[in-house]
Amino acid sequence: MFWDLFRPVFWDATDQDGVGKTLFNYRRMWLIVVVSIAGVSILPLLIMTFMNLNLYEKGMRAEITYPLVRLVSNTRRSLTYFLEERTSALTFIVRNNDFSELKNQDRLARIFLDLKETFGGFVDLGIIDSNGTQKSYVGPYELKGRNYKEQDWFKEVIVRGIYISDVFKGFRHIPHFVIAVKHLLPDGDFFVLRATIDTERFAKLVSSIDLRPESDAFIINHQGILQTSSRYYGDVLSKIEMLLPDCPEQTEICEVQDNSGQKFIVGCAYIAHSPFILVLVQKPIVLLQSWWKLKREMLALLISSIVIILVVILGAATMLISRIYIADMNRLATLHNAEHANKMASIGRLAAGVAHEINNPLAIINERAGLIKDLFTYTDKYAQDERLLTLVDSIIAQVDRCRAITHRLLGFARHIDVQKEEIDLPKLVHEVLGFLEKEAEYRDIQIDVQVDEDFPTIISDRGQLQQIFLNIINNAFAAVDDGGHIQIEMKKLDENRVRISIADDGCGIPPENLKRIFEPFFSTKKKKGGTGLGLSITYGLVKKLGGEIEVQSQVGKGSKFTIILPVGRA
Amino acid sequence: MVKVLRILLVDDEKDLVSTLAERLSFRGIEADWATNAQDALKLVRENDYDLAVLDVKMPKVGGFDLMEMIKKIKPEMKFSFLTGHGSEDAFKKGCSKGACFYLVKPVQLDEFISKLKEIVEE
Repeated sequence: MFWDLFRPVFWDATDQDGVGKTLFNYRRMWLIVVVSIAGVSILPLLIMTFMNLNLYEKGMRAEITYPLVRLVSNTRRSLTYFLEERTSALTFIVRNNDFSELKNQDRLARIFLDLKETFGGFVDLGIIDSNGTQKSYVGPYELKGRNYKEQDWFKEVIVRGIYISDVFKGFRHIPHFVIAVKHLLPDGDFFVLRATIDTERFAKLVSSIDLRPESDAFIINHQGILQTSSRYYGDVLSKIEMLLPDCPEQTEICEVQDNSGQKFIVGCAYIAHSPFILVLVQKPIVLLQSWWKLKREMLALLISSIVIILVVILGAATMLISRIYIADMNRLATLHNAEHANKMASIGRLAAGVAHEINNPLAIINERAGLIKDLFTYTDKYAQDERLLTLVDSIIAQVDRCRAITHRLLGFARHIDVQKEEIDLPKLVHEVLGFLEKEAEYRDIQIDVQVDEDFPTIISDRGQLQQIFLNIINNAFAAVDDGGHIQIEMKKLDENRVRISIADDGCGIPPENLKRIFEPFFSTKKKKGGTGLGLSITYGLVKKLGGEIEVQSQVGKGSKFTIILPVGRA
Repeated sequence: MVKVLRILLVDDEKDLVSTLAERLSFRGIEADWATNAQDALKLVRENDYDLAVLDVKMPKVGGFDLMEMIKKIKPEMKFSFLTGHGSEDAFKKGCSKGACFYLVKPVQLDEFISKLKEIVEE
C-alpha cells in the first residue's frame, strides 16, 4: 500500500518490442544515480566524522590524563618528601647523638617528643645494637630488650643503611611501617635507630587527594599488597587483584583491565627508596562521559544528515528519472502514432488498389451473370428453369456483397488525409458497424443504435471518426461475452455539441486500470498482442477533432464510453 | 412515346462493355461500345449518341481526355464516368466543365439505367 503510493512511474517499465524500445533501463539508471550521488556525498561525511571523532577522542583523553599525571606526580612528591623528611630527621639524630646518649631512655624520650612535635606521625622510637637487641625504647608498648636479629627488616638495614619497610602488623597488630637508619660507630660497630610511623598519617596524604567519586587512590608494595586502605580494592594488607603494568620510575598513565574485564585508567608512580607504589585508579566511564555525549551528538548529527541527504537524493533522482521516462514514453507514443498513421495510410492505399483491381473483374462477373439472367428473362427460352434462375440470382447476390465490401474499403481509403466535410454521423456509425456485422452475427451480439430525431450532421473528419468508432466498438466487442449487448446512443446535446455513447454489458474495467486506460502502452491484453495504443490513439483523435472522451465502468456490469463532438458549424 | 436512348460505352475491358451493351439492349437502350479512344471517336463521328459512358482509366487515352475530344466533335453530348476507383478528386477534375456523374464498378444495372435517364432528361 505504502509502496504503491511512492512507486515511481518507471519502476515497472518493461522493454517494449520493436519501435517501442525504451532508450534506457530506468530502474538501473535510477540505482546508479542514487548510489553514485549518495556515495559521493555520504562517504566524505563519514570520513570527516570519524576523523573528527578520533581527534576529539585523543584530545579528550589528553585532557583527562594530564591532570591525572599531575595529581599522581604531586602526590608522589609529597609522599617522597614525607619519607625523606623523616629519614633525614632520623639520620640527623644518629649523627648528632652518641650511641651512649641514645641508649639513655630519658634522652631518647626527649628526642621522641621533639620528633613527634616537629614532624608528627611517629609512634615509637628504639635503639637496637648490632646484636639486634633493643637497647632503649620509647613508645606505647613494652618492647625494650626485645631482639630483632632474626627479623628481615633488621637484616635489610644492615645491608642498605636506610630501610623503609612494607606496612606490616608486627607485634602490635595494627598496620604500621618502619624506618630504620644504621649508624656506623668509630670502632666499626654499628647501631640502628628504628622508628615506627603511623600508617594512618601516611595514608592521609593519599586520601587527601581531591578525587572524583568513582576514583580511588592507594599505595601498594611490589607484591601488590595494599599499604593503605582502598576505597574499592579492600583494606590494608589485603592483596589486590588488579594487574598492574610495569610502572617505571616516572609517573605513568595506562589502561588496565581487572578480572571482570572492566577497563580503568591507572596512574602509578614508584616512590623512591621505598617499597611503595602510588596508584590512582579512575573509571573511564566517569572520565569519558562527556566524550560519550559528544560522540552521541556527532553520530546523531551524522545519521540525520545522511537521512536528509538520502531523502533529497531519492526524491531528486526519482523526479528526474520519472521526467526522462515520461519524455521517453511521449517520444515512443509519437513514434507509434506516426507509425500507426503510416500503416493506416499504407493499408488505405493497398485497400484502394485491391478494391480497384477487384472491381473490374467483379463488374464483368456482374454483367455476365446479369446477361444470363436477362437471357432467361427476355427470351423465354429458359424461363421455366427455376433452379438456374436461383443459381444466377445467387451469383449476383454474392457480387453485390463483394461490391459492398470493396466500396466500403474505398470509402475508408478515401478519407485518410485530414479533411473536414459534412458528415452524417449515424450513417458513419452504421458503416463502421458494417465491418463488424459478421462477427456480431457469429457471436450473437445485439447492437442497438438509438439516434435522436434532431441529430444534426456535423463538420468533421470522416477517416478519423471512422477510426474512433471502430476502435471503441472493437473494444466493446472484446469486452462482451457471446450473446452480449452493445447500446449506441446519439443525442444532440445543444446547438454546438453532440454526444455519442457506446455502452456494453461486458466484463468492465477495474478502477485502478480505469484511470490509466487512455495512457499510451497501457494494455491488459499485452500477452495477447495488444499494443496498448488503441485507446490512446482514439483519445488523441477525439482531442484533435475538438471533442471530449470519457469512460465509466463497473467490473462485471460493463463500460460506457461517452464522446462529445463539436457540431463544427460555428 | 418514350424516346429510345442511344449511348456509347467506352471501356478497355471488352467483356464488360459488350455484355453491358447487350443487357441494355434488352431494356430498350441502344448501346454501342468501343475499347479504345480511336474506335470511340470513329463511332461518335458516325452516329448520334445522347450520352457517352467512359471508363476513367484506359490505356493511352483516359476517360477525361476522351471526353474533351468528343466534346470537340459533338459539343452537346453528355457524359458519365465509370470507375473502379473511388477517387473524388479525379472526378471533380474531370467534371468541372460540365454536368456529369460517375458510377463505381460494379454497377447495378437498374441504378445505372435510372442515372442515365436522369442525365439525358436534364
